[in-house]
Amino acid sequence: MAYKNFILVCGGTGCESSRSDEIYKSLISEAEALGVSHDVQVVKTGCFGFCEQGPIVKVLPSESFYVKVKPEDAHEIIAEQVIKGREVSRLLYRKDKKAETAKLEGIESYQKQFRIVLRNCGVINPESIDEYIVRDGYRALEKALFEMTPEEVIAEVKASGLRGRGGAGFPTGLKWEAARKSPGDIKYIVCNADEGDPGAYMDRSTIEGDPHSILEAMVIAGRAVGANFGYIYIRAEYPLAIERLKIAIQQAKNYGLLGKDILGSGFDFDIEIRLGAGAFVCGEETALLQSIEGKRGMPRPKPPFPAVKGLWGKPTVINNVETLANVPVILTRGAKWFASIGTDKSKGTKVFALTGKINNSGLIEVPMGTTLREIIFDIGGGIRNGKKFKGVQTGGPSGGIIVEKDLDTQISYESLTALGSMMGSGGMIVMDEDDCVVDVSKFYMAFCVDESCGKCAPCRIGTKQMYGLLDKITKGQGEEADLVKLEQIGKAMTKASLCMLGGSAANPTLATLRHFRDEYLEHIRDKKCRAGKCKDLVVYEIDPIKCIGCGLCARHCPVPCITGEKKKPHVIDGSKCIKCGECFVACKFGAVVKR
Amino acid sequence: MIAGDIEFSDELQSYIDEWSKKEGGLVMMLHRIQNEFGYVPRAAAEKLSLISGIPLAKIYGVITFYHFFKTTKPGKHRISVCMGTACYLKGSQELLEEIRSILSIEPDEVTDDGLFSVDEVRCLGCCGLAPVIMIDDEVYGKLTKEQLPDIIAKYRSL
Repeated sequence: MAYKNFILVCGGTGCESSRSDEIYKSLISEAEALGVSHDVQVVKTGCFGFCEQGPIVKVLPSESFYVKVKPEDAHEIIAEQVIKGREVSRLLYRKDKKAETAKLEGIESYQKQFRIVLRNCGVINPESIDEYIVRDGYRALEKALFEMTPEEVIAEVKASGLRGRGGAGFPTGLKWEAARKSPGDIKYIVCNADEGDPGAYMDRSTIEGDPHSILEAMVIAGRAVGANFGYIYIRAEYPLAIERLKIAIQQAKNYGLLGKDILGSGFDFDIEIRLGAGAFVCGEETALLQSIEGKRGMPRPKPPFPAVKGLWGKPTVINNVETLANVPVILTRGAKWFASIGTDKSKGTKVFALTGKINNSGLIEVPMGTTLREIIFDIGGGIRNGKKFKGVQTGGPSGGIIVEKDLDTQISYESLTALGSMMGSGGMIVMDEDDCVVDVSKFYMAFCVDESCGKCAPCRIGTKQMYGLLDKITKGQGEEADLVKLEQIGKAMTKASLCMLGGSAANPTLATLRHFRDEYLEHIRDKKCRAGKCKDLVVYEIDPIKCIGCGLCARHCPVPCITGEKKKPHVIDGSKCIKCGECFVACKFGAVVKR
Repeated sequence: MIAGDIEFSDELQSYIDEWSKKEGGLVMMLHRIQNEFGYVPRAAAEKLSLISGIPLAKIYGVITFYHFFKTTKPGKHRISVCMGTACYLKGSQELLEEIRSILSIEPDEVTDDGLFSVDEVRCLGCCGLAPVIMIDDEVYGKLTKEQLPDIIAKYRSL
């Protein structure tokens, strides 16, 4: 049956939470009601990466790109576009109100992108194995089973230059080779989908949009290292991703692509899902293995590396979701092609979750070597509300902040590390002048205090002590000697911690101390927070020139501490003020100022 | 009270029978128990220990290690405030304080009528919609403090 139109509705978490499911259902019921359900197929796809403008609906073959769609719009889309062949102009994407409408591929933020990992997201129905197969799915597996020896598969992955996308950047081919060479009959493949970095959702979107690519890669990895069993360790907080994985596993089993004697090759491979339970440290390899074994997720010293001694003491390969998603493409298109993308030492692409004070929040995939400036200003559309760029945080609680002067750096594992940050899993959070670096460092440190497993002293005690010092500074009780202490403890933790959680927990603080020491000093010496985030340091005042004496602020003040005659400038009594900010929000004349 | 005196549904019972034979199934069994009760009641942990032979101390070691597992009964409606970085930068801390003040509860408390409990949660993965809260399975994005009373009121009458 040939459909005239295809309607793709984004089923990513962002759009799903702004009612894309209702849109999907309305489109189907409207098509039925108007008698055109044979002409149009409605498909729920993975994330388009355009989360800011969600929910997204795309209509083929006209490539109409609709943004901020509501369930009520379904009728018009069917009635106008499917029946009459006219686009619904008011829903089409425009850069701003006056600009021309644009197709997805024509949008500037898409043109600089290059999609390998997200190749199928927003294109196929993630709950259909057939759609995956049509797009060359499981072709790489066929190749790995029938046309290549396991050694050749490993050689190909090595030649591609693929490195771990979970953050550390260890060459994937070497990991596989080490596991293959480790003696033993029983080996395991583990997919790390425990995406714990706050502000990152690449892996979730990849699984939700293209679950089969992960399964295919795991079977290939199993074939390469000689493993017959794999685990996907995924956060329990990702119900949609878990559901889609379950569907995909069942479909693959039905098609003989998973289980005993895959495609008649004699090779067996099975996959089981294991749920995480909200522990950031379980993103660390050895902790993750403990958790799969049903224990407290505490890391252990390395070596021995998991490739030698992993799950239940057997050789185990642990790869992150994004790393695995690259594997099928490397086999089908060849290592040479893959290695032609990116920089000298960092090959291929990287997916980032671009969020924070940026115009186009969303999921992006760019070739390694793209500059941060291109990502933030060309793809991300610059800073919200015309504010000034302050810094971009990469690598989450383990990373650092990168400032204006370094924005032309080409991203690669090495260049970001050299800047005192790290690639991390791919969270990229943009900050503007309203964000306080001390406050953000405190936020990350609080996260690490919470997530430290407590096994080693440098991390358990160090994070707590650093948090105490940062808290003191944000409250205006800091001393200059505290900055030296922060650096000393931070360096000790970096050197002496058992795993990378503690080893990198000091990074956000150390990086901000390097770039924004003057702001720390302002907090300490002048008891001032220029961003106005640190509540204890903010002083609210009324500008007597701007104040018209309407009394609105006084009526909103819960204390109350604002006095003044009608039509005359009012005054805030600083000794009583609780700094709630109600007057600041209430004033319509900008007369209440933060200092 | 006898140790482990609690009724398990047939599904839960058969799930535990299956997983207690597998290596490393403890975390999965706890997930299933929390699914059924909304938290892990002491009696359920005791019963699990009796069935699986895993010492109770070890079970509690695991429960208390992971943030996801709760040992106290949550409210009928669970409000989760996203504390991911993107949401934090856009004011989720203020949302959290406002919600607690509307419901007049402290961290880890349940409202007197048993209707609400509030959790700070890690990134919910919809950073494009920051700041975000989730009530039961419903996500509310791009929120301001002013919208909260109406949203919460909706759930009082449910």
